[in-house]
Amino acid sequence: MNSFDYKKEITVDAAVKAAADNKAMFLAGGTNIIDLWKYNLTNPEKLIDINDVQEISTIQLLENNGVRLGALAKNAATAYDPLIEKKYPLLSKAILAGASPQIRNMATDGGNLLQRTRCYYFYDPDVPCNKREPGSGCPAIQGCNRIHAILGTSEHCIAVFPSDMCVALAALEAVVNVTGPNGDRKIPFADFHKLPEDTPHLDNNLEKGEMITSIDLPPNHFSKNYAYLKLRDRHSYAFALVSVAVAFEMDGKTISKARIALGGVAHKPWRVPKAEELLRGKKATMENFATAAECILAGAVGRGDNDFKIPLAKRSIIRACEMALYPESQIPGAGPSL
Amino acid sequence: MENNSSILTSLTINSKDYKLELLPWVSLLDTLRERLNLTGTKKGCDHGQCGACTVLCDGKRILSCLTLAVTKNGSDITTIEGVADGKELHPLQKAFIEHDAFQCGYCTPGQICSAIGMLREGKATTREDVKELMSGNLCRCGANSGIIDAIMQVKEGIDHE
Ligand SMILES: Cc1cc2nc3c(=O)[nH]c(=O)nc-3n(C[C@H](O)[C@H](O)[C@H](O)COP(=O)(O)OP(=O)(O)OC[C@H]3O[C@@H](n4cnc5c(N)ncnc54)[C@H](O)[C@@H]3O)c2cc1C
Ligand code: SF4
Ligand code: FES
Ligand code: FES
Repeated sequence: MNSFDYKKEITVDAAVKAAADNKAMFLAGGTNIIDLWKYNLTNPEKLIDINDVQEISTIQLLENNGVRLGALAKNAATAYDPLIEKKYPLLSKAILAGASPQIRNMATDGGNLLQRTRCYYFYDPDVPCNKREPGSGCPAIQGCNRIHAILGTSEHCIAVFPSDMCVALAALEAVVNVTGPNGDRKIPFADFHKLPEDTPHLDNNLEKGEMITSIDLPPNHFSKNYAYLKLRDRHSYAFALVSVAVAFEMDGKTISKARIALGGVAHKPWRVPKAEELLRGKKATMENFATAAECILAGAVGRGDNDFKIPLAKRSIIRACEMALYPESQIPGAGPSL
Repeated sequence: MENNSSILTSLTINSKDYKLELLPWVSLLDTLRERLNLTGTKKGCDHGQCGACTVLCDGKRILSCLTLAVTKNGSDITTIEGVADGKELHPLQKAFIEHDAFQCGYCTPGQICSAIGMLREGKATTREDVKELMSGNLCRCGANSGIIDAIMQVKEGIDHE
């Protein structure tokens, strides 16, 4: 095991300054970084503990009737926050479908966006992996790829981004606020994570030394018609094979606005605006949902073990769309197993 | 284990105050077990996957294997050694015995700490909710139905108060 220095910072400014040091990393809930450090997959020379940066740990109503999630707000506190439960039940559901109660008590909203893939080869230092060692190869493409991506892959990497929370954030079109050595910027959620392309070692577009300070949820809450469906190998406490976040605005039986985001299928939460557009002004029927599902999965490629994800994703989309019509029928936190 | 990178850390563990010089990379789990000989808290996976290392930190259930002890400076930690009231067992400890909620007992300290945290969170209504909200604690012996029975009994006792 490698040693590191440790420093607690209590303001954003001090933390960002401390992170200018090349081999420094932020420590939030620690549920991913400490795990990776134990596997020798991450080697910080210095950990900057940001858990006591109070200015970014609250959940606040914004003037535009949106909500700001401080980057240090815990996943559990977010899911159970009365404001989130009422206005953004889709987000509550997605968070509660992920990890375990203990992990959600520790994990932060900012850290959730930056968790790394669960590809088995990435965790095994004895085999090549382009994400871990750029240029070494991707054994998953020809190997065991049951959990891997079917959309947006490259010849360099077919890993998936494993977050549940982020699938809901993609559907809600959240905005990520960051601060770094070059000042502040706002990153629309769709541009936050990236596809593997020929740089699979990078999961997202955050720059070196940048810190997530908060995540803004827009005023459109989609609190009436929504669903989060997560399919996995066991009933709870497992990563998604496929997950679907659906949010509708309804005008009687007609869909006036649709958002559909998928997890477990790509290197980022997967949205296809064309498919959402297809549903606009249409009746909420199985046939229309099936058409949208076909459109979303167009271009999907299986690599053998994960072929099953293509039909599974289509059926999950149709089912989640149906569930969104009757959101009160969903059991909190629970998603069906396969 | 002390050198110049160690950090003075104050922890209250089971109502007792400790001041410890700790290296920053030592987990709370290893601090409890190796440094303080509080071996009730168990190491199952050491990677956040089993819940055996669950303790209460300021009343909330967390995983001590993924927690660096230095980050908990000033916190109040409760482990399985601290849940009884003197010689009087905690209601969950009694219920676990009554329902034979274990075989090997390795997962039990984590199950009990987790159940205390869960009941305090107050989010479970039905047996299904309890199962879902206890899913962070795995039992390799398959004592799960006894575990859930024990927790339900204590929960119903609280609900009827
Ligand atoms: C057994 C297990 C099962 C899990 N199951 C699921 C699941 O089913 N679904 C799911 O969605 N997740 C799951 N998770 C992942 C969990 O949700 C993440 O580990 C967690 O959200 C990460 O948050 P954290 O605060 O602990 O991050 P940390 O581990 O502290 O940090 C993660 C990364 O983000 C960086 N970082 C943290 N905060 C900031 C910030 N504000 N600005 C810039 N950089 C920052 C750190 O430097 C680090 O690189 C699981 C985890 C485990 C261990
Ligand atoms: S899929 Fe990506 S993370 Fe997995 S082995 Fe290939 S390059 Fe590495
Ligand atoms: S030892 Fe901590 S979760 Fe398994
Ligand atoms: S009693 Fe043996 S692991 Fe649970």
